[in-house]
Amino acid sequence: MELDALFSCLTSMSCLITQTTSGLIIGMLFFLVAAGLTLIFGVLGIVNFAHGAFYMAGAYFGYTIFQFTGSYAASVLGAGLGAAVLGVLFERFAIRRVYGENVLLQLLVCYGFVLVADDLVQIIWGSEYLSMGMPPAFRLPPFFVAGGVIPPFYVFIIGIAALIAAALWWLIERTQYGRIIRATSVNPTMVSALGIPTPLVYLSVFALGLFLAGLAGGLAAPIRALTPGMGFSVLIISFVITVIGGMGSVAGALVAALLIGLTRSFGSIGFPLFVDGMMYVLMGLVLVIKPTGLMGREEASRP
Amino acid sequence: MTNQSTKTVLMVIAAWVALIALPSLGHADKITDFIVFASAYGLLAMGLNLLIGYTGLISFGHAMFFASGAYGFGALMQSGAFAVPVAFLLSIGITSAIALLVGAICVRLSEIYFAFLTLAFQMFFHSILLSWVEVTGGDNGLLGGIPTPVFFGVDLSNHTHLYVFCVTVTLISILIMHRIVNSPFGYTLRMIRDNERRAIYLGVNVFAIKLTCFVLSAVFSSVGGIIMALFVSGAYPDFAFWTTSGEAIFMVMLGGVTHFLGPLLGAVILTGLNDVVITYTDHYGLFLGSIILIFALVLRKGVLDFVQPHRKRSKTKTSAEGASHAET
Repeated sequence: MELDALFSCLTSMSCLITQTTSGLIIGMLFFLVAAGLTLIFGVLGIVNFAHGAFYMAGAYFGYTIFQFTGSYAASVLGAGLGAAVLGVLFERFAIRRVYGENVLLQLLVCYGFVLVADDLVQIIWGSEYLSMGMPPAFRLPPFFVAGGVIPPFYVFIIGIAALIAAALWWLIERTQYGRIIRATSVNPTMVSALGIPTPLVYLSVFALGLFLAGLAGGLAAPIRALTPGMGFSVLIISFVITVIGGMGSVAGALVAALLIGLTRSFGSIGFPLFVDGMMYVLMGLVLVIKPTGLMGREEASRP
Repeated sequence: MTNQSTKTVLMVIAAWVALIALPSLGHADKITDFIVFASAYGLLAMGLNLLIGYTGLISFGHAMFFASGAYGFGALMQSGAFAVPVAFLLSIGITSAIALLVGAICVRLSEIYFAFLTLAFQMFFHSILLSWVEVTGGDNGLLGGIPTPVFFGVDLSNHTHLYVFCVTVTLISILIMHRIVNSPFGYTLRMIRDNERRAIYLGVNVFAIKLTCFVLSAVFSSVGGIIMALFVSGAYPDFAFWTTSGEAIFMVMLGGVTHFLGPLLGAVILTGLNDVVITYTDHYGLFLGSIILIFALVLRKGVLDFVQPHRKRSKTKTSAEGASHAET
């Protein structure tokens, strides 16, 4: 424990700003992954254990597109769309067959998919660490705010992720499509009785969730090393976030993701060896005090 | 009942004699290595099935206890202060303590939360194994071999002694598990699995029963870990990695959750498959993943689930939560 270091950081403006920025970027990237996870759970009642694999796929797609086009915008978009297309195939040929089955089969299908995906990535891109490098447009001198260092790329990522969060809120709360998916999460039978094709709703929500995961992978590619199996730790952290925020709650995922992001960034100064541990302690506390999560509805804990 | 248990004991003794005699048929080292390996994973899977098949709790973190057994035993033996049986019991004690703590937090939760929370604890445990270098050796694991001083005339550095010891420990564990699942406690587990609310109305302390089962399950899995540590004379962080838990779940499903010995059969099949695959390809994940996908999407049932009497099979089909049913 280096609590002295943490204390001196909390009292110094420059350190406070640097760590808060890095906490925000970690949090916002995790939010994109966790939002998809929580959305899929809320509507389909399935925990997509393979979610991390789509994050990984997004990152690798982004890497390759960037190699060919040199355009970061194209690589991010391609990452999201590529992951969504993969997701559609995965839903159509695998997940659809285990809706309503017991959790064991669902977990097993996802587990098999993750093993295959990790190995395919290794075959296609190799097993060594890949680094995409910073896109030229962001090779700018960092901003200095009150002595704190903020790379422009971080500002961009936080901004984009915040925009996506707002768009997601608008989509779910303000559009016809949003009303349909909210209704489906509560009573799919009634929704299909009203003439809405629920299998299509499921498919689209699944694709949307994986689009977000792929997007997060593509966005993060310049600042993360790419390796087969990189999706797994992301999945675990995203799961912790959805539990803290409340399964099925997108707003809860945002709050929890920022909480975890800040915990990780300040934790890396105060208790570097216990950063992961702190995360689980937080989750344990939430589960003991409010098992449905910070913003979870009662129904969210239905079996 | 007494008649039944005599029969079981006799069968276990017969199995013991057969297993001890088996290596004399030839290819001794290959056969004994395989059996020891399969029994280590078999105990992990059978322990896990106490939760999955009998209680309906899907733990995705059982590799944690496999590893705590291996590391606990290995570290205690390397300290040089303990005899083998003492270290054996102490490492079971350590595992029980960890399981009690993790279980107390997890068993209240409904299925998917339970699965992921156990998984999260396992990853936490894995990260401790990697970072607590002084005790666990970090990335490298427990190196330098595990010393096994002679006790009661048993010398575990001798290959034959090790084999007999592992087979004996495995069979005794299986016998104890068999007693557990056929006791009133075992039937209470099945009742909780089938209808938790009814169990509560009947005055069963569901939390206490689930927690007890969680600890017992962890203990048997850790015995598997101890056997593994003895066999490889070390302990590695991979023991606690999530893929080990995933494989254990697959063993349970592959052999069949509805049968007491299903997970053991699953462990034997998967271990045998591993041996073959690894000699032909580096892309083990691709192969295993495809097998799992085919299994989960097409077969959907373990080997022994198919050989159940017709009566029981139709009963399983009618209930909504099909595959998590165990009958013995």
